Amino acid sequence: MAWFRRSKENISTSVPKKDIPDGMWTKCGGCGEIIHRKLLEQNLFTCPKCNYHFRIGSKEYFGILLDAGSFREMDRKMRAVDVLGFTDTKPYKNRIDDSIRKTGLNDAVRTGEGAVEGVPVVIACMDFSFIGGSMGSVVGEKIARATETARKKEKPLIVISSSGGARMMEGALSLMQMAKMSARLAQLSDAGIPYISILTDPTTGGVTASFAMLGDIHIAEPSALIGFAGPRVIRQTIGKDLPAGFQRSEFLLEKGFVDMIVHRKELKSTLARVLNLLGS
Amino acid sequence: MARVILDFEKPIIELEQKIAEMRSYSDNLDIAEEINKLEAKVDQVRRTVYSNLTRWQRVQLARHPDRPYTLDYIRLITTDFTELHGDRHFADDKAIVAGFGRIDKEAVLIVGHQKGRDTKSNIERNFGMPNPEGYRKALRLMQLAVKFRKPIITLLDTPGAYPGIGAEERGQAEAIARNLLEMSHLPVPIIVVIIGEGASGGALGIGVGDRILMFENAWYSVIAPESCSSILWRSWEYKEQAAEALKLTAEDLKEQGIVDRIVPEPMGGAHRDPEKAAQTLKAILLEELRALKKVKPEKLVQERIAKFSAMGSWKE
Ligand SMILES: [Zn+2]
Repeated sequence: MAWFRRSKENISTSVPKKDIPDGMWTKCGGCGEIIHRKLLEQNLFTCPKCNYHFRIGSKEYFGILLDAGSFREMDRKMRAVDVLGFTDTKPYKNRIDDSIRKTGLNDAVRTGEGAVEGVPVVIACMDFSFIGGSMGSVVGEKIARATETARKKEKPLIVISSSGGARMMEGALSLMQMAKMSARLAQLSDAGIPYISILTDPTTGGVTASFAMLGDIHIAEPSALIGFAGPRVIRQTIGKDLPAGFQRSEFLLEKGFVDMIVHRKELKSTLARVLNLLGS
Repeated sequence: MARVILDFEKPIIELEQKIAEMRSYSDNLDIAEEINKLEAKVDQVRRTVYSNLTRWQRVQLARHPDRPYTLDYIRLITTDFTELHGDRHFADDKAIVAGFGRIDKEAVLIVGHQKGRDTKSNIERNFGMPNPEGYRKALRLMQLAVKFRKPIITLLDTPGAYPGIGAEERGQAEAIARNLLEMSHLPVPIIVVIIGEGASGGALGIGVGDRILMFENAWYSVIAPESCSSILWRSWEYKEQAAEALKLTAEDLKEQGIVDRIVPEPMGGAHRDPEKAAQTLKAILLEELRALKKVKPEKLVQERIAKFSAMGSWKE
C-alpha cells in the first residue's frame, strides 16, 4: 500500500533524556508506593509495582512512541480565540492566557509527523493539563488538519486522546468540531488510510463521541476511564452507585469497544506491529 | 390555550383570557370599545415581551411542554407517514422516531427526537434522551434512504443523550461518533432542523447535514445552561448567566456560521399556533429540498464536509 513506506533513518526506540533532579519522589496513585522520578521515567511513568499508569502529556508520548529526532510539529502556534466573549467565574480569555503560561502549551493538542519504528505517521496527542484536555476550535482544527495531512501524504494517523470533553467556553462551535473531525476521518477512511485511536485516562464526552471512537483500531491503556457521560453525571441520573470497574478500559474491552489494552511499555512495539500488519 | 404558562407569558395570557371572557358576556357596544382597547394593549405587551426575550427565556420557550414535537410536525406536514422501528441489534428506542413519508409529492425520510407530554409518555420516550439504539436506528434508516435515493430530514429536540449504565455499556459514544462520520458522507440531501432543544452530542448525533435550519425560539449548544452552571460556577443557580454566556439562540448560531436559516415562529412561540409553525416549516423545507436536489451527490458530500470544516475560530 502506498501509505506504507519505511523510512531508513531513526530506528532507535530510546526516550529522550530529561533532567531529573535527585531526591524527587512521587506517590503511586494505584498502590501508594513512593517511587523515585528517575525510576518512574525509566518505567515510562508506570508504577513498577502495580502497573498504575500516571497521566502524562504530549511531550512524553511523542518521546515514548516516536523514533528519536523524527518528530516535526505542525500548526504549533495555533491558539484559541474567545469568540463568544465568554465569562464564568473568570473570563475565558484569561483562562487561555493562564493555561498557556502554566503549561507552556498553546492548547490541548499537539500534532505533527514522525516515525514509529521507521514507519512514517501523522500523530496527534492531547494534553489533559491544558483546561482538562477540553476540545474547542483549536483541537478540532488541528486534528482535522492532521487528518488531511495523513490523507494527502498517505500516512497512517495516530491520535492519543485524553480529555474531559468539549470546551464549554466556545459554545456550539466546540460541538461542531466533533462533526468537522469526523467528516475528515470519513475521507481518510474512504481513502483506505489506517487510523489508530489510543485512549488514555480519561477520555470522555465529545472526544469519545467523535474521533476517539472512530479508529480502525482502538488501543486503550490499562484502567483508563473511557466513556460518554462522566461517572458523576451518571450517578446523579440513576441515583445509584456505579459498579466497580465501570467505564474502565477492561470494561470497554469486555463490552467490545476497544480492540486491546496495552501497557505503555508495549505501546510502541504494538503500534509498529499493527502498522506493519495493515501495510503488508 | 396553554396548560403551562411561563412567567413572562402571564400578563399576555391574562389579558387574552379577559378579552375572551368579555366577548362571551354580550355584544354590547360599550364593551366592544373596551375590548378594542384591551386588544391594542395585549398587542403592545406581546411586542414588548417577545422582542426583548432573554436567552434563558428562549430556553424556556424551547422546552415549553405544549411546543410541537417531531410527531406533531410529522402529522402536520406529511402524508403516508410510515414509522419504522428498531436498530436490528438490540432494541427500538422510542426517544428517536423515524420513517418515510411525503411532503407534498416528495417522499423523504424523517428522523427526529421525540419527547413525551405527560409522565407516562415521557417515561416511554425517556424524556427525549436517546440510548445508543436510537442513533443506530437512525443510521440504519438513513442508509436505507441512500439506497432508495430519498432525501433525509432530521428534527432535533433533546435534552441530551441518556447518561445511563446501559447506554455506556452499549457504546453511547461510539453510536454518536459513528453517525457523525457516516452522515458527513451520505450521498443524499440532508436537512437538519433544530425544533426545540439541541443539547450537545445527543442532538448532533442526528445533526450533520447540508442545510441547518433552526426555529426562532430553539436553543442549540455544547451543554445545557444548568449543567454549564453546575460545572463552571459549581452551583445550579447560574443558569441565566450560563445561557447568556453560551450564546445559544438561533440568531447567535446564525452569527457563528453554524445555522443557515432561522425558521420564524408564530407570535409567542410555536406552541401558540403549532399549525402555523408547521406550515412555515413545510414551505421552507420544500424550497430547500428543491435546491438541494439539483446538486450532484458527490458535490453535495464535498460541500457538506467543507461546510463543517469551516466552522470554528482560532488564530495562528
Ligand atoms: Zn503502584
